[in-house]
Amino acid sequence: MDWLHFSPDEWDAIRLSLRVATVGTLVSIPLGVFIAYALARWRFPGKFLIDGLVHLPLVLPPVVTGYILLLLVGRKGPIGAFLDQHFGIVFSFRWTGAALAAGVMGFPLLVRAIRLSFEAADRRLEDAARTLGANSIVTFLTVILPLALPGILAGAVLAFAKALGEFGATITFVSNIPGETRTLPTAIYTYTQVPGGDFQAAQLAAVAVILSLLALLVSEFLSRRISARIGG
Amino acid sequence: MFDVAIRKKLGDFSLDVRFASEAPVTALFGPSGSGKTSVANAISGLLQPDAGKIEVGGTLLFDSARAANIPIHRRKMRVVFQESRLFPHLTVKQNLLYGRWLAGKRNGQDVIEVMRMLGLESLLSRRPRTLSGGERQRVAIGRALLADPAALLLDEPLASLDKARKQEIFPYLEKLVAAAKVPILYISHLPEEIERLAQTVVTLDQGRVKSVGSKIG
Repeated sequence: MDWLHFSPDEWDAIRLSLRVATVGTLVSIPLGVFIAYALARWRFPGKFLIDGLVHLPLVLPPVVTGYILLLLVGRKGPIGAFLDQHFGIVFSFRWTGAALAAGVMGFPLLVRAIRLSFEAADRRLEDAARTLGANSIVTFLTVILPLALPGILAGAVLAFAKALGEFGATITFVSNIPGETRTLPTAIYTYTQVPGGDFQAAQLAAVAVILSLLALLVSEFLSRRISARIGG
Repeated sequence: MFDVAIRKKLGDFSLDVRFASEAPVTALFGPSGSGKTSVANAISGLLQPDAGKIEVGGTLLFDSARAANIPIHRRKMRVVFQESRLFPHLTVKQNLLYGRWLAGKRNGQDVIEVMRMLGLESLLSRRPRTLSGGERQRVAIGRALLADPAALLLDEPLASLDKARKQEIFPYLEKLVAAAKVPILYISHLPEEIERLAQTVVTLDQGRVKSVGSKIG
């Protein structure tokens, strides 16, 4: 009967999932915008390599991505050890590691959507801004970026949804620690593995469906408002 | 006012243009494809000539011999494009004040005067997509005029409008020409526009200057 009654563990998983997906997505947006712009507009040596690297998490088995993260950013990995020693930042077996895994997995979707909107932008408007006194940075901030906002938003929602559902890379990289790295998908998986856990698994699955639908609704609402303003 | 001598190769087309004009309004006349817009783009900086020299109002903008090339955003060559190119995410008022804001100028009496002269007061809070073609072009003229221009380059400002709209905008152009205190380059392929606005006419044909004079030649 009490479908709405969640145990503390379940609440933890829900809260943690939201935090991991939100932080993972928000932190990757600035980098995603930069890389998308570079890929859309600049010619530079090694562009092909960057493009491939960004898209790798999309085509690799998530477990492999998680394992690579573990090797590089884990406690003993070269990047992980450096960050730990110099900045005291630790990813392994922490929720921040789950956010990193979520961000990495959503990154290709984020970059693709933003890149498309940069490529579709009307360059003549940028020329107009230049003749009106805007240098390249001001042009980017006042013309290019606002016009790419629908694409950035679409990419962020896709990345967020991906982050919310991320399982393989997360469990490989930061394991499945209740309250720290046990997000919705790993919690659902855990409940399906223990006797009598079906009810909790179904409850959390329903939550996952509702959260994903909400994300879609919010993005639809925001993108309508933005395109109504821009007239796109 | 305008002292231009440039060469530029653009695929099969070659531009080799030199003219000087001291008139307040200089017209650039010629059929489409004669290189008018390329000349305007070279003056605004959007197109870099292969070689040559450009001076407007006594200010050197480009000189290949001295490797001088003022960046576009510092030239203050304010352009009114054929397709207005208003910023779709900004209101009319924000469009009008965009260049002015970048030039660091305060909004004084002249802003109100320009808005009144172009009949824009009732449009200020609208978005460009809700405007008619004629209204858009009036906003584009205002945006250039308010951006603290060193010169105005009007690149076929009426060409995308139908006849009725042209007649609607033309009086505004005449007022603009009378009120502007900076050199104006007016580009058109229509003799009747040029004869009413310009004192000196530079006629182009296939990337070369055919004549410079007070009449179309």
